[in-house]
This record gives sequence, structure tokens and C-alpha cells, in this order.
Amino acid sequence: MIKLDAKIPEGPLAEKWTKHKNSLKLVNPANKKKLDIIVVGTGLAGSGAASTLAELGYNVKVFCYQDTPRRAHSVAAQGGINAAKNYKNDNDSVYRLFYDMIKGGDYRAREANVYRAAEVSNLVIDHYTAMGVPFARDYGGLLDNRSFGGVQVSRTFYAKGQTGQQCLLGGYSALVRQMQTGKVTMYSRREMLDLVVIDGKARGIIARNLITGEIERYSAHAVVLATGGYGTIYYLSTLAVNSNGSAAWKAHKRGALFANPSFIQIHPTSIPVLNDFQSKLTLMSESLRNDGRVWVPKAKGDKRKPNEIPDEERDYYLERRYPAFGNLVPRDVASRAAKERCDTGYGVGDSGLSVYLDFRDAISKQGKKAIEDKYGNLFEMYEKITGESPYETPMRIYPAGHYTMGGLWVDYNLMTTIPGLFAIGESNFSDHGANRLGASSLMQCAGDGYFILPYTITDYLADEIKTPKPSTDSPEFESAQNEANEIINKLLAVNGTKTVTSFHKRLGKIMWDYCGMYRNAEGLKKALTLIDELENEFWKDVKVPGKPNELNQELEKALRVADYFELARLLCTDALNREESCGAHFREESQTETGEAKRIDSKFSYVAAWEYNGHKTTHTLHKEELKFEFVKLQERSYK
Amino acid sequence: MNIKLKIWRQESPKAKGKFETYSLNNVSAEMSFLEMLDYLNDTLITRGEKPVAFEHDCREGICGCCSLYINGRPHGKLGRTTTCELHMREFNDGETITIEPWRAASFPVIKDLIVERNAFDKIMQAGGFISVNAGSAQDANAIPVPKNRSDEAFDAASCIGCGACVAACKNSSAMLFIAAKVSQLSLYPQGRIEAKERVKKMVAKMDELGFGGCTNTRACEAECPKGISISHIARLNREYITAKVAE
Repeated sequence: MIKLDAKIPEGPLAEKWTKHKNSLKLVNPANKKKLDIIVVGTGLAGSGAASTLAELGYNVKVFCYQDTPRRAHSVAAQGGINAAKNYKNDNDSVYRLFYDMIKGGDYRAREANVYRAAEVSNLVIDHYTAMGVPFARDYGGLLDNRSFGGVQVSRTFYAKGQTGQQCLLGGYSALVRQMQTGKVTMYSRREMLDLVVIDGKARGIIARNLITGEIERYSAHAVVLATGGYGTIYYLSTLAVNSNGSAAWKAHKRGALFANPSFIQIHPTSIPVLNDFQSKLTLMSESLRNDGRVWVPKAKGDKRKPNEIPDEERDYYLERRYPAFGNLVPRDVASRAAKERCDTGYGVGDSGLSVYLDFRDAISKQGKKAIEDKYGNLFEMYEKITGESPYETPMRIYPAGHYTMGGLWVDYNLMTTIPGLFAIGESNFSDHGANRLGASSLMQCAGDGYFILPYTITDYLADEIKTPKPSTDSPEFESAQNEANEIINKLLAVNGTKTVTSFHKRLGKIMWDYCGMYRNAEGLKKALTLIDELENEFWKDVKVPGKPNELNQELEKALRVADYFELARLLCTDALNREESCGAHFREESQTETGEAKRIDSKFSYVAAWEYNGHKTTHTLHKEELKFEFVKLQERSYK
Repeated sequence: MNIKLKIWRQESPKAKGKFETYSLNNVSAEMSFLEMLDYLNDTLITRGEKPVAFEHDCREGICGCCSLYINGRPHGKLGRTTTCELHMREFNDGETITIEPWRAASFPVIKDLIVERNAFDKIMQAGGFISVNAGSAQDANAIPVPKNRSDEAFDAASCIGCGACVAACKNSSAMLFIAAKVSQLSLYPQGRIEAKERVKKMVAKMDELGFGGCTNTRACEAECPKGISISHIARLNREYITAKVAE
């Protein structure tokens, strides 16, 4: 029987992490050399953890499915990275960053974790700057900041619209430095297919070599997953098309609980769907809402060109509904407001499924040059995709699946319910509650990787210094490898008539329709039936060409989609269980008279951590009650 | 629109490759170039043929995964565009489009349109970093950097490591790739400490891996999807000469 213990330290909020660090065990340098750690994923969290652990002296094996670690999807984060530096002297502080995140997450995150994420944020900025990350500077040569949604201070550090790329390349440079020293062994073009657990502890992984198709075994004293989110469960999302949830799912099947899986952020400003073969939705950074005004025509079905519609006939609906935050309301609020306008017939574009994001006023006030300096590359990106210039005509935007707040359950040490298995960055559930504020994902990922995990994993490894290098000849490795081979052979043997992508698209549509921005009990139940039917059809009629032992991209996709059916069921189950609205999770049965999300703290102030019991078998729900000692639970209002 | 595709097919690194021609009908102008290839692959799989292997991931022009020589130009004919950002509205009904992998000895073909670019990782390992361990940094505002230098460093740092510069160069030189990193780091005070070692080691590694030298043709600059200027090569050369003279 699993008993959840979050291991949150006692004491005042601001002292918890310091006190805890002082109580963590250490491993001396000579012993570190004897210990192996596997890190899966090379985004901000993974590259940060890997290089830092190597700097400390551990032997680190790093895995990524791309050809090089520099391409992990953190690379695509645009707007920025938060820190409580208070460089703008606008009365920002660690506490305010913490408070904004707790409130932004609609009171469904742990206070202690969030405070710690805010606390280490300043170290992250210092470290990236020291590594040569080219953050934007002002004319005095010091670092510049901008504002993001859901907050009233400027605390976001940025590098034009390429902040993720620049932070990731900083992380990558530290990683290659450790590859050079030999402390990091890089295994690129490898996809993790399973977690190996021996005597109750995580001891290794099974990976597929994506070039040769070989199924390989790797062992270590501890395993760290930094494998990102599962937003591609919607098929169309802002994620890289190969991003997937399989590593986390496989860990879940081996015993790691999955927390709040239905908490998925729908990002309000993505470029809308333009064609039937569309493979992804490109994000337009939230930072654009600093200067862009969101509107739709006041009249339904107004087909005039946007610039022909005079101001008095425009509905700046965010400014109207949320005067205090206006266009800078948090993402979940902005997404639902856009969908509401489109569903009621005010949407623009051929499909009626988009709203305007207009820079006309900003350009006339600040000049084209100023806007170009801030958003030039984003405008260029938009024009390449749509063929329209945002300098001349408003952008058209629509919400898209983006970030998963849910993920593997971890305790305060970032360890899952499997001893020796850690989850960091987006792959865990811990810091964003039911909704993530902009620019806090880079912050959390880097914080986890550089400044939290290296301390907590050392505490775990202190008890492993006498453990010899785990052998890959054990029966556990053998059986995990056999299982991986079986699934592959089974997929190839179906030899049906429909492509993997066609199933993924259909699964995505079910999830978007019934487990997307608005959810209700009836729809979720229907989705569960539809997912079962689709999964049965998949295993009868999917066509995966080629052989197992070769570069086979269709097989890669098929393995990921096969896991997504199972994860999709858990998402719907979780959404069905949570009969309240909070953050990105909006249950239609639970809303205020004005259509805002209605939380039910008396019943749902807990983390829903799900235990796997077998394929198509009901999961067991474990509740971690959330205790709020330092903030008062309030209605989350941005009016 | 209806198009013809002439695509390089190669089973494995050692196999002999050749062009195959495919007709593809009902291509929409709104499709991205890679979505057009998805469509082709759907068609091929349904017909029982082998899909074309090509590399892609973010599909928004930032990860650097996608490559492809399209009608004789890396990432196609548009300037400052990656293949995933290229759209079919740039092509005409009835057009024949030739698609090849990057052609450079240092980027061997793995399968069809996929090449091995890990030579870039090796060059980066040789010195593409500032040696600072986590935890040892001072306050980020302790070292002011003039905005114009910082902006220039950013421009260099926007390299996505796709390899178009190498593919475009008649000498298969990686000078623009290296220059971008050397330039970025040498513009920062904190990057000056290792500047000499860095430039020598990265250039030596480039030579060792079989990339050619720079003969100022500027094809790299013209084809770079991020528009990185060869003025960074000038800085690389200055850094290199200074480092060598100091030996």
C-alpha cells in the first residue's frame, strides 16, 4: 500500500529550504566517482541536472531522442524566464513571485515547493548570465525585464522571443563541457522504452537506438526523468511533434504515481489552424499581450477587414471583462474568453475560430521601431506562416494545447514513489498547481536541474555508496527488454490499413473536444468510451511499415501513440473525478454566475495521485491534502 | 495543386542512393513543406511503400532539426527561413521539386534525407562554452555589458546548428557555425578569459573533422536561416590570429 509522504520540512516558509538543505546527507568526492546517474531528456531541466551532477563528480549518462541535446523542446520557449531580482525596483520579492504562482495556479500547488522555486530563481539568472546567455540589456548595460500575464511587476528576463533557445544553448554548452571531460556520456538518438526497477529501486532504463533499432540496457544508481510534457496528446499542440509522454508513462506503469494528469494549459495565443494536414500549432509568445490588444467585432459574423472596423464597433473583451489585468490576464482565463467569443459567433477568420491581437495602438504610440525591437522575430515568424504582416493587419490567434502542469508525483526531494527515480521540470507535477504563469516554466526547469535536484539526489545516493554498479544482466533487465521487443513486434504484426498519424489525430480530437478547455461529466464519460473503441481499432488496424531493427520513424510514432491511449484514459478519469473548476481545469458544472471558474476547496484541495493497476484496469486514487499555512485561499480574481 | 517530387532515397549510410520521382496531387498552398512530406508519406504508407525518412521536430524554425536541399538550396529559396517554415504557397502547380540531404563529407547520410551532424557537438565540446560551474556565479548585474555588444552577441547566438552553412559552402566549411559561437562568447567580459584557448581548439577540431576552410564566398551567410553575418567570421579570424600570435 502506497502512503504518500511529501516530506515537506517544518518551519517558516522562507526557512524551509535552507533548513532542509542543512539536513540533507552528503557524499564525499571520492565516493561520487563511483556512482552512476542516468538523466533522460536534455531540456533546461535535464541539461542543467546532467552538467551539474557531472561538475559534482558523478558519472552521468544522458539520453535524448534528437540527434543532439541542443534540440530539446525547451529551445522553443519564447517569452522569458522569471526571477525575483527586483532589478526594476517595483517592490518585487521572492514572496511576491511565490504568491503570484500560488494564486496563478489557483491554489492547487504545494506552498513549500513553489516558494523554493521562487527562492532559487535568482541563482538561475546569475548562472545563465555567467555562462554567456545573451539576455536583453538596457543602455546602461544592465539586464532588462518585461511583464507577463497574471502579475503586476516586471520580473521576466528575456532574449528577444528566443529566451528558451538561449537558455537551452547555455545549458547545452555546460553539457558539452562535461562531455569533453568524460563525466557525461551522451547517448543521443535514443528513446527510453522502459524503466528498470530492481528490489524496489530504479536501477536503469531500456532504450531503443533510433538508428539501428537495437534495444539497449543501461544501468545506474539512480534515474532522473526530465522528459517534458505530454501536450501532444491533443495531436495539434505548441509542442515539438516528437515530444511525447512515454517515458513518464512507462515509469508510471512501473509504480510511479501520476499526479493531476488533467491539468493541461491551453495557451491563448497560438496561430490558428490553417489546413487539414496541419502538424502543429505555432505559439506566439504571451509577451505580445504587453502591447497587443485582443478584440473581436461587436457584431456577429462581421466579415469586414479588421482595419475597416472602427474602434466603437470592436469588443476589447479582455479589457471589458477584466479591467485590472486587461490583456495580461493569465493564460487559462484568456483562452476560455477567446473560446467563449468564438463559440458564441464573434470569432474571425474563415473558420470563425480565431480572435485578433492588434498592435495598431502600440505602433502609433511607440513607433514601429520600438515594436520591432521587442517582437521583431515573432512578427517575422507569424508572417512566414500566415503570409500576413502584423505591422499592417492584426494577428489572428486561437488557443492551443501547450503545457502540462500534471506529471509524475514527486515529494519535496523531487523523488517519485519509486525510490531512486526522480522527475524534474515539466515531467513532474509540483510547482504550477492547476495553471502555470508565463515565464515560470524555464524558471522551474532550470531551478530543479541546477539548484535543487543535485542536493536532493545526493541525499538519496549517500545510502548507495556501497552499492556496486548495477549489472544489466539481471532478470529485471532481461524481462523489461523482452517486453519492449514484444510491444514492437506486436505493433509491426498488425499490418492493418490506417496510418499511426490518423489514429493520433482522432485521439487528439476526442481529447480536445471532451477533455480540453471545457469539460463536463457526460462528455468525459463519452470520451472514455471513444478512447477504448479507438484503442481497440488501433491494435486491429494500424499499419506500421518497415522492420524493428532499422531507422523506423513510423514505429517511433506508433510506440508513443500506443501509450497515449492509456494516458488519455487517465486524463479523462482525473478530470471526471475533480468536480470543481480550478485553473486550466474547467468543469462546466462548477462555474460562477459570470462564467468564471468555481473552486470547491472543501472537497478538492488535494493533489490527485493515481496508481496504475494494469491495462484498462481502474487506477487507485491517492490524495495528498494541500495545506495552506501561509496564504489565505481566495477567489482568484483578475477583475 | 499537383506537384512532382524528385527525392533522394538511400537505405543506409553505405548503400548507394538514387533519386525517386513521386507525383503528389491535391497539395494545399497552406501546407508547410514538411506537412507536404507528411502527406506524401501517408500516401506511400497506404500504398504499401516505404515512407521517406526526414528529420524534423519543433516545426517552428528554432530546433534546427530540419534540413533538406530544396531545388538546389538549403532550406529552399526563401531567405531567413527553415524548411519547416517554408510553405507550399511558394511553389507552383505542376512544378517539379528536387529534395536532397545536406551534402558534406562531415555530414554522412544515415537514411534518405537524414544526415549525421554530431560533428557540430564535437566542435562545441572542444571549447564552445564558458567554464563556470553551477553555484559559482556572481550577481547577474555585477558585470555590465554595453547594449550594442550584447545585441551583437545575441545575433551570433541565434544559430540553430542546422548545418545549412556547411551544406551551402563549396568547401563544406563550418566557419560560420564556429564563428557564431566564438563571436558570442568573446563579446562578453566573462568569455574573454578562455577566448584564446577556445578559438584555437574549436578551429583545430573543425579541421580534424574534415570541414573545409573559408574562401569568403559568403554562401553561408546567404543561406543561413537565422541570417548570421559573416562579420562574425571576421571576428573569428581576428581572435584566431591574436591567439596564434600570442603563442
